[in-house]
Amino acid sequence: MLSVKNLHAKVGDKEILRGINLEVRPGEVHAIMGPNGSGKSTFASVLAGNEKFTVTEGEVEFMGQNLLELSIEDRARMGMFLGFQYPVEIPGVTMANFMKMAVNEQRKFRGEEPLTAGEFLRMMREKSAVVELDSKLTSRAVNEGFSGGEKKKNEIFQMAMLDPKLAVLDETDSGLDIDALRIVATGVTKLHTSENATIVITHYQRLLDYIVPDYVHVLYKGQIIYSGDKSLALKLEKEGYDWLINQQEE
Amino acid sequence: MAGKDKEIFDNIDGEYKYGFTTDIETETIARGLNEDVIRLISAKKEEPEWMLERRLKAFRHWQTMKLPTWAHLDIPEIDFQDIIYYAAPKQRKEGTMDDIDPELKRTFDKLGIPLEEQLSLAGFAVDAVMDSVSVKTTFRETLAEKGIIFCSISEAVREYPDLVKKYLGSVVPHTDNFYAALNAAVFSDGSFCYIPKGVRCPMELSTYFRINAEGTGQFERTLLVADEGAYVSYLEGCTAPRRDENQLHAAVVEIVVEKDAEVKYSTVQNWYPGDKDGKGGIYNFVTKRGLCREGGHLSWTQVETGSAITWKYPSCVLLGDNSVGEFYSVAMTNNYQQADTGTKMIHIGRNTRSRIVSKGISAGKSQNAYRGLVRVAKGADNARNYSQCDSLLIGDKCGAHTFPEIDSHNPTAVLEHEATTSKISEEQLFYCNQRGLSTEDAVGLIVNGYAREVIAKLPMEFAVEAQKLLAVSLEGSVG
Repeated sequence: MLSVKNLHAKVGDKEILRGINLEVRPGEVHAIMGPNGSGKSTFASVLAGNEKFTVTEGEVEFMGQNLLELSIEDRARMGMFLGFQYPVEIPGVTMANFMKMAVNEQRKFRGEEPLTAGEFLRMMREKSAVVELDSKLTSRAVNEGFSGGEKKKNEIFQMAMLDPKLAVLDETDSGLDIDALRIVATGVTKLHTSENATIVITHYQRLLDYIVPDYVHVLYKGQIIYSGDKSLALKLEKEGYDWLINQQEE
Repeated sequence: MAGKDKEIFDNIDGEYKYGFTTDIETETIARGLNEDVIRLISAKKEEPEWMLERRLKAFRHWQTMKLPTWAHLDIPEIDFQDIIYYAAPKQRKEGTMDDIDPELKRTFDKLGIPLEEQLSLAGFAVDAVMDSVSVKTTFRETLAEKGIIFCSISEAVREYPDLVKKYLGSVVPHTDNFYAALNAAVFSDGSFCYIPKGVRCPMELSTYFRINAEGTGQFERTLLVADEGAYVSYLEGCTAPRRDENQLHAAVVEIVVEKDAEVKYSTVQNWYPGDKDGKGGIYNFVTKRGLCREGGHLSWTQVETGSAITWKYPSCVLLGDNSVGEFYSVAMTNNYQQADTGTKMIHIGRNTRSRIVSKGISAGKSQNAYRGLVRVAKGADNARNYSQCDSLLIGDKCGAHTFPEIDSHNPTAVLEHEATTSKISEEQLFYCNQRGLSTEDAVGLIVNGYAREVIAKLPMEFAVEAQKLLAVSLEGSVG
């Protein structure tokens, strides 16, 4: 589904990704961990196509296509979803209106008819239940005045609406209390099927109690320096990254 | 310019949909302005002597006046002797549908304003004005049953002289300003509306202004009177052909809101704005003002997307105690457009309240200014005003300016002013793109969200139109 080979990217003159390799197949969950500043969020942004970053080297294939040649919106319409670490506010634009446009853009891309108002409302109701999102929030402006927890729930709600092939969740657990974390993580798990894949970027093992990864990767200085199974996350939680970094620098 | 901004700009080069010209025989008079021209206009309109006298008085006063220069506008010199002051599409006398030139009918059909009552938007009566004359006013008989008068101002001068004498110039006298004086001298057509005591107008009344003839100026004159306890909602729309020359539209709108009456006046202004290099477009110099007596309520809502230059300050004189004035505005400029627009709230009566919500949107190389005055007179005890002036910038070559003035002579007044300036951020665009929206759609969405509070004040059908208009006018401006 996603094949990343020797991906390099920079912002300004600063190289942040220095040769990432990653294979993601349908049905898999990958966790990416690593110390601050190692390039985790940059990797997520580059996959989504954020133009703040320039890809200098490498290849990325997504759903059989050269991802790097696609616009941000086409990547999204093909089924790439980015769960934002800091979702932005769009004053005056209701969530319902925003999602209606997003869902219908995706349908248009697939050659499907737009949803009727009735179908859309039913879908909204159904999907907001996945993350226990207060249905009132969907009539409010996008992320405006949402609490930190509501914003993150709202990201997963949008993921539910758009039913992506590949979801990249950038620190979706940051700033969540225990209950919100459980709701958000359970929501992600509910959406997981053998057809789609998820990359979760996180600092904490606790998220992985709910979203059980098939692989855990450690990103350091723009490279994946170590990969393992879910037990790696537990070891990192206990021992930190030093043992890996020391190994790397030796 | 960063890549994103560039893309934003490239996207905003919107097409003006109403730029066509109607090929119709038009009767025009010679260019230029003098007393003979005014006599000629008055004669063409078969006006009584008193009206001609008023025009001449205004003209003599105008000759003593100087062009106003205080606005934040760069106005090329206008040669007032090089304008045609009267142009009328040739037609038989106003009357039945059969009398209207099919070409005129087609023009208004194309503009989405069918002149046949059975085809019109449910609940709307329309006065259609092309160049200097009213072509057709619909639903007059239906309205007359309630005692409502809705006709062209030219006709009102002939048919209802007492009402016109009483109210015309009572809110905007010819001495008011340069363009008001010019208008009082040469005004061509516009609408007249009178709602009698206690009557709630059952339909939305609207006037559609169309400039067609080349080289002409349009001098719209509109007068609305809501008598005691009456209610009316009124809408105004306007378009013009795409031309390289600039054309002048100098209008005066007067509204009289008698005791406990309520008037809602909405404008969707879409005059030809000129091309992307700033060539052509309408100069829109307009004086709009309403007078509220005791308990009266006047609400202005405007969505301004057109014109090369806009100079316009719909205002409320809150003369009576407990009267209320409101001003809701979205003014959008793109390319080389310039707008200097805002409002005046003049509190004279006690317990008068006013509310101003202004949303400016600047894109391209345009300049957009909000200019407002809130004045509280000595006797206006407990006057209240709330003003909110927001500016949204798209790209980095445009300008947004605010000139709010507060002039309070009463210590019991409570005046609040809030202002914000924002840009469409790259983060917002990235977020929308990541959800599958194109940059163009994202900009339209963000701008409409920003303007929502004002657009929500428009009647439903016009709100939808206004949303589309904002999106189209923005094409090519943001990424």
